[in-house]
Amino acid sequence: MGITERLIEDVGLRRGVSRLTPEKIEKTVMAVLQGETGARLKTYAETCMRCGLCAEACHFSLSHPGDPSYTPAGKVHQTMGVLLAKNGRVDPDFIYGMAQLAYTECNLCRRCVHYCPIGIDTGYIMSTVRRICHKLGVTPQYIQDTAHSHSATVNQMWVKDDEWTDTLMWQEEEARDEFPGLRIPLDKEGSDIFYSVIAPEPKFRTQLIYQAAAIMHMAGADWTMPSEPGWDNSDMCMFTGDFEVMGRIKRAHFECAQKLKVKRIVMGECGHAFRSIYDVGNRWDAWKMSPVPVIHSIAYFWELMTEGKIKLAKKYPGPVTVHDPCNVVRGRGLHLKLRELVRFLVDGDIIETASHGEHNLCCTAGGGVINTGPPFKNVRVAGSKAKAEELRATGVKTIVAPCHNCHGGLEDTVHAYKLGMEIKFLGDIIYECMERPEA
Amino acid sequence: MNAAYEFVTGPLAWFAWGVFLLGSAWRLYSMYQLAKKKDASSMAYMDLGFSLRSIVNWLIPFNALGWRKSPAMTVATFAFHICLILVPVFLVAHVVLWTEFFGISYATLPDNVTDAMTLVVLAACLFFAGRRLTQKDVAYITTCKDWVALVIVTLPFLTGFLAYHQLFDYQVMIIAHIVAGEIMLAAIPFTRLSHMVFAAFTRAYMGSEFGGVRHARDW
Repeated sequence: MGITERLIEDVGLRRGVSRLTPEKIEKTVMAVLQGETGARLKTYAETCMRCGLCAEACHFSLSHPGDPSYTPAGKVHQTMGVLLAKNGRVDPDFIYGMAQLAYTECNLCRRCVHYCPIGIDTGYIMSTVRRICHKLGVTPQYIQDTAHSHSATVNQMWVKDDEWTDTLMWQEEEARDEFPGLRIPLDKEGSDIFYSVIAPEPKFRTQLIYQAAAIMHMAGADWTMPSEPGWDNSDMCMFTGDFEVMGRIKRAHFECAQKLKVKRIVMGECGHAFRSIYDVGNRWDAWKMSPVPVIHSIAYFWELMTEGKIKLAKKYPGPVTVHDPCNVVRGRGLHLKLRELVRFLVDGDIIETASHGEHNLCCTAGGGVINTGPPFKNVRVAGSKAKAEELRATGVKTIVAPCHNCHGGLEDTVHAYKLGMEIKFLGDIIYECMERPEA
Repeated sequence: MNAAYEFVTGPLAWFAWGVFLLGSAWRLYSMYQLAKKKDASSMAYMDLGFSLRSIVNWLIPFNALGWRKSPAMTVATFAFHICLILVPVFLVAHVVLWTEFFGISYATLPDNVTDAMTLVVLAACLFFAGRRLTQKDVAYITTCKDWVALVIVTLPFLTGFLAYHQLFDYQVMIIAHIVAGEIMLAAIPFTRLSHMVFAAFTRAYMGSEFGGVRHARDW
C-alpha cells in the first residue's frame, strides 16, 4: 500500500531527486515550513483526529476502494505527516514518492472539505507539499516545462508574441465569412470587456476563440483582446508551487487589463485560471480580491441570456448531464447559473450525476494533474473510475463541461471506460444553436 | 488515603485546571500571533457571518455531506461529544464539589441519566477504538497520538463509572478517577484534544473562505 508501491519513472522527478542530499532536503523543508506556513498548517496537523471521514470524499479513494493510501488523510500521512514527524530529515527517495503523490494523486479539488468536521483544507496541505517539492527542484517534467513557458513567454504554451496576434487575426478572418463585420478588436481602450483565454486556446482549441468572437458579435458586446503578453489567464505555476512566477504572470494579466482601462475581465470556460485570478494568484500579489472584476464565461453567458442577447435559432437536443468543474462550483458557486443556462439552451432534461453541484466528483484532470503529462495518464484515468461510473449511470450521450482541463480529462475517461459520450463547452452549444446572419 | 485525596482535590486540581485554562489561553494567543504573522492573507478573509454559518451547519447531525456519508460515525460522534460535555458539568457529585469548595451551585442531571450518558461515552470510545483497529482507512492513518487521546478521554469516564457504582476499592478508584480527570484537563491544550480549542477557528476559516471568496457552501 502506498505511493512507494506504485512509483512511475519521470525524468523531471528523477533528475531533481538526483541533485538532493539529506542536508539540502532538511534545510529546504524547514525553510518552507517555518518561513511560509503558520497557524493554518499547525492547527490542521494537530487537530486532525485521524477520524477517516474524508476517505469517501476523494474520487481517487472511491476509484481505488480498499486502498487507504488514496484517502485525503492518507495522502497527508504519506507526505506532510512524515515531513513534520521527522522535521524534514528524509532521504531523496522519499522525496520522489512524495512528489509523485502530491503532483499526480491529488487534484486540489477540495471535495474533502465537505467531509471534514474540523474544516481541514487538505488541498492547502498538498499545495504546501508541492511548494516544498518545487523548492527542492523536484517536479514532473511536463508540468515543469509549462512553468518554464509561463516564465519565458508569459503564457502556458510557448506561444510567441507574433503567433498570438496572427492566431487572433486568422480566426477573425475565418469568422467574417460567416459573420460579416465581425471584429476581434485588439487593444481597444475603455472597453466594457477584456476577453481572456488560456494558452491552449490559440494553440489547439482555436475554434473556441472563433465561437467566443461570434457570440460577442451577435450580442453586440463592447469587447477587446490584448495584443501583448499578459493575455493568458492560465497558471500552471500555481500548481507546481512556483508562486513567484505565479505572482508575475497574474500581475502581468491584471496590468494588461488595467492598461486598457477595461471595466471587467470575462474569462473563457476554464477552471483553474479562474481560481488563480480570484483566489490564489491575487493573494500572492497582495490583492484581497482581483483588482479588475473577473467573471467566468458561465456568469457572462447567463448575463447575456437574461438580457435577451442570446437569440437561439434552435435548441440543443437533450437529455444532457452537467459536469461541474471544481474550480467553478467549489470556487464561485456557479452551479446554479450553469444549470439555468443549460435549461435555456437544451431541449430536454438535465440528468444529474449522483454527486453534483458543490458535491461533484472531480474530473481528475485538474490541479495540474493532466499537465504532468503522459507518464501519469494512467494514474489519472484510474482515479476517474468513480466519475466514469456516475456518468455512465446517467444514461445520456452529452456532457456539458465548461472547462478546458475537464474536457481533456473527461475525453480520456470517456474513451478508457467506453462511455460513448460527447463533451461540450457552453460556447459550443451557444454557437451551434444561435441565430446567425443570413448566408 | 486521606492525604492522597486531599492532594488530588487540592494542589493537583489547581494545577490541572491551571494548565487547562492558562494553557488553552496561551495556545489560542500564540496561534493567533502566528496567524497574524504568517497567515495574514487568510486572516483578511475571516468573516463572522460566514464563520457562524459554517459552524452552525456542521453542528446539525446529518446536515453536512460528510455526516450523511458516515451515519454510524455521526451518531457516535454527536452522542459522544454531547455526553462528554454534559456529564462532567452537570453531574451531582461534581456540583457538590463546587458547592463545597467554592459555594457555587447550579442545576444538575439525575444520577440515572448521567449514568446512562457515561455508558454512551464508553460505548462511543469502544466504537472509536474498534474503527481504528478494523477499518482500513482509519488504521492506515492512526498514530500513537490518536490512541493516547482516546485513552485519556476514556479513563475518567471508566473510573468515574466504577467509582460511582463502588466496584473494586472505592478509595483507590476515586483517586484514580480524579487523577484521570485532571490528566484529561491538562492534556487538552497540548494533545489532539486541542481540537476543543481550535476547531471553531479552523471551521470558521473554511466557512469564511468558501462563503466570502468562493461563494459556495463548505458542508
